[in-house]
Amino acid sequence: MAQVKLEVGPKSAGTGMLLTQKRESLGQDALRRLLRNRAAVVGASIIIALILMALFAPLIAIKSFEIQVLVDQNKVPEWLISVFPTTKPYAQISNDYPLGADYVGRDLFSRIVYGARVSLTVAFIGPLISLIIGVIYGSISGYFGGRVDNIMMRIVDILYAFPSLLFIILMMAFFRSTISDVQPGTFAYSISKLDESMGGLLFIFIGIGLTAWETMARLTRGQVLSVREKEFIEAAHTIGASNLRIMFRHILPNIVGPLVVAETLAIPGYISIEAFLSFIGLGVNPPTPSWGSMISDGSQVIRTYPNQAVFPALALAITMFAFNFLGDGLRDALDPRLRGTQ
Amino acid sequence: MGRYIIRRLLYMVVVVLVVSIITFGLMHAIPGGPFTREKALPAETLKILNERYHLDDPFLKQYIDYVYAVLIPHITTTPPSTSLQDDFLVNAKIGSVWLRWMNFGPSYKSRSRTVNDIFRDNLPISAQLGVMALMIAIVIGMPLGILSALKQNTAYDYFGMGVAIFGVSVPVIVLGPLFVWIFGVALKWLPPTGWGAKPPYLLGFLPSSLGWGFFQHALMPSIALGLGSSAIIARLTRATLLQTIREDYIRTARSKGLPERTVITRHALKNSLIPVVTILGPLFAALVTGTFVTELIFGIPGMGKYFVTSITNRDYPVIMGTILLYAVFLVVANLAVDITYAYLDPRIRYD
Repeated sequence: MAQVKLEVGPKSAGTGMLLTQKRESLGQDALRRLLRNRAAVVGASIIIALILMALFAPLIAIKSFEIQVLVDQNKVPEWLISVFPTTKPYAQISNDYPLGADYVGRDLFSRIVYGARVSLTVAFIGPLISLIIGVIYGSISGYFGGRVDNIMMRIVDILYAFPSLLFIILMMAFFRSTISDVQPGTFAYSISKLDESMGGLLFIFIGIGLTAWETMARLTRGQVLSVREKEFIEAAHTIGASNLRIMFRHILPNIVGPLVVAETLAIPGYISIEAFLSFIGLGVNPPTPSWGSMISDGSQVIRTYPNQAVFPALALAITMFAFNFLGDGLRDALDPRLRGTQ
Repeated sequence: MGRYIIRRLLYMVVVVLVVSIITFGLMHAIPGGPFTREKALPAETLKILNERYHLDDPFLKQYIDYVYAVLIPHITTTPPSTSLQDDFLVNAKIGSVWLRWMNFGPSYKSRSRTVNDIFRDNLPISAQLGVMALMIAIVIGMPLGILSALKQNTAYDYFGMGVAIFGVSVPVIVLGPLFVWIFGVALKWLPPTGWGAKPPYLLGFLPSSLGWGFFQHALMPSIALGLGSSAIIARLTRATLLQTIREDYIRTARSKGLPERTVITRHALKNSLIPVVTILGPLFAALVTGTFVTELIFGIPGMGKYFVTSITNRDYPVIMGTILLYAVFLVVANLAVDITYAYLDPRIRYD
C-alpha cells in the first residue's frame, strides 16, 4: 500500500530511490489495469489453459495422433450428427473418436491437442527471435545515429519493401528441398536433422526470424531516439558509463513496454504464418499435427465431413482470440497515451 | 512533388531488381531442376531440354537473357508466331514493324502454355478477388471505426471493436472453410466453389457483367479475405479519430459555432484518414498474398495455385513471372500510397 501512496506523492520527487519505487508502482498499476480488463483476463486464462493442454498432451489425448486406423476412416461420433445434420445419410458412426477421425483414420481430438504444441511454440519463439534481432539492430542504429543509422535503416527499408510472405515461401521451398540430399557430417546435415527432430519447426522459425525483425528494429530505433536525448542518459554519460551499460541498463528498461506490447500484438500474426505455411504444405512435416495442415486436409472434404476442418479452425480461432485479447489489454495497461481517454 | 515521385520511382526499380536477383539466385540454388523426375530422363532427352531452355548457359547469362526478354522492347518485321518461346505480352504494329514487349517465357510444366497465358487467363480472376476484398475491407472497416470513435464507450463502440477483434483473430483459412460449410453446404445460399466471371474482361481484368452471377461466387471469398483487413482499418480509424477529436483545432472549430457534422467531416475525418491511407499499402500486400489461400479453399481458378506449384515443380519462368508480378503489384501499391500521403501531408516531402 505504501507504494501506491508514493504514486500520488509530490511529482517533483527526483532522487534515484524514489524514482525506482515509482516505477515499480507503475508496474503494479499496469498489472491492476490488466486484471481489471475482463477480456484480457479471459485471454490470459485461455492461453494458460492452452499451455497446460500442450504440456500434458499425452495425458489428455489418449489416442495417438499419428497411428492410422484405416478401417476407421472418416468415422463420426454420434453427437456430431445432430451438429452437422447433412452428414446423416452416409456417416459411419464410431463413438471411439470424440471429434471424429480424419481421412486416414487418425483421431482428430488428439491431433488438435498435439497441434497446440506447434502453434504455441511459434507463438513464443517467433517473438523471441524477432525481439532479439530487432532490438539489437534497432538500438545500435538509434543509439549511434548519424551515418550508421542512415545505412542500417536504408537496408531495413529495402527489406521492408519485400513481399515478406513470398520470401518466406521461397525460403521454405529452398530449405525443404536442400535438406533432402545433403551429405552426412556436414553442417547442413546436422541442421536438417535438428529440423527433423522438431517436426519441421526450425525452418519455420528461421523463415519468421528472417522477416519479422524489421518492424521491431524500426520500433526500437524510434524508441531509442526518443529516450537518447533525455537528461538521465546524459547523466549516465557524465559518470562514465559505457555504451553497453547505458544501452542495457538505462535505455532498454525505459523502452521495453512498447516493445512487449508490439510483440504481443504480433503473436497472432506469427501463428497465422505457421498455419498458412502448413496449409499450403510448406510448414511442419507430416505427421506432426498442425492446425493449418489439418484445416487444409479438412477443407478437401468440407462438404462431406465438415468436422475435419471446423474443429481445428475453431482451435486456431480461439487461440488467436486469446492472444489478441491479451495483447489489447497489455497495450491499454502499459500505453500511457491511452490513459485518461477512458 | 515531381522530384519526390522520381526518387520513389527509382527506388521502386531498385527493389524490383533486387527481388528478381534474389528469386533467380534462390531458385537456381534449390537442388534438382525442372526436369528432375523420380525415374530419371534419358541423358539424351535431358540434354536436348536443357539446350532448348538454355539451362546450360552460365548463371549470369541466363539472368541477363531473362531481363532482356522481359524488359527490352523488341522491334522486328516478323509478325507474332504461335511458338511458345515467342509469346509477348505487348504486341503493337507500327507501320510495317512490330513492337513487341515482355516475354516471360514458356511454362516448363505445360506443353501448351506460356507464363503470359497464365497472366492473361488467371490473373484477372485473382485481381477481381483482390479488388473485391479491398473494397469490402474499406466499406466495412471505415464506417465501423468512425462509429466506434464518435460513440466511444457505448454499445456501438463495443460492437464495432468486437467485430474488429473477431476480424483480426479469424484468418481466411479459418473463415473460408466455415463459410463454405455454413453458406455453401448447410444453408445452400451460395455456390461453395467456382468463379462467375469469364473472358473477355473489360480493361483486361474487369468482369464484363456485374450481375448476381458474379456476386454469388465472389461474395464469400471476398468477405472471408477482406474481413481481417477491415478489422485493421476499423481499429486504426477509431484510434486516429479519437486522437484527432481531442486536438485544439477541433475545439476551435466547435467554438466558432460550426455544426457538429461539419466539424467531424471537414476537420476531424480529413485529418484522421491520413494514417489510414498509409496502411492501405501493406494491407493490399496481405490481401494479394491472401488470395492464393482463398483460391485454394473456394476452388477459384486464379493465379494462386501456380504460385505454389511452380516452386515445387521448379518451373523457373513461372516462379519468376509470378513473384515479379506480385512484387511489382506491392511496390506500385506502396508507391501510390506514399504519393497520396505526400499529397495529403506536405511535411513528408521535405524528408
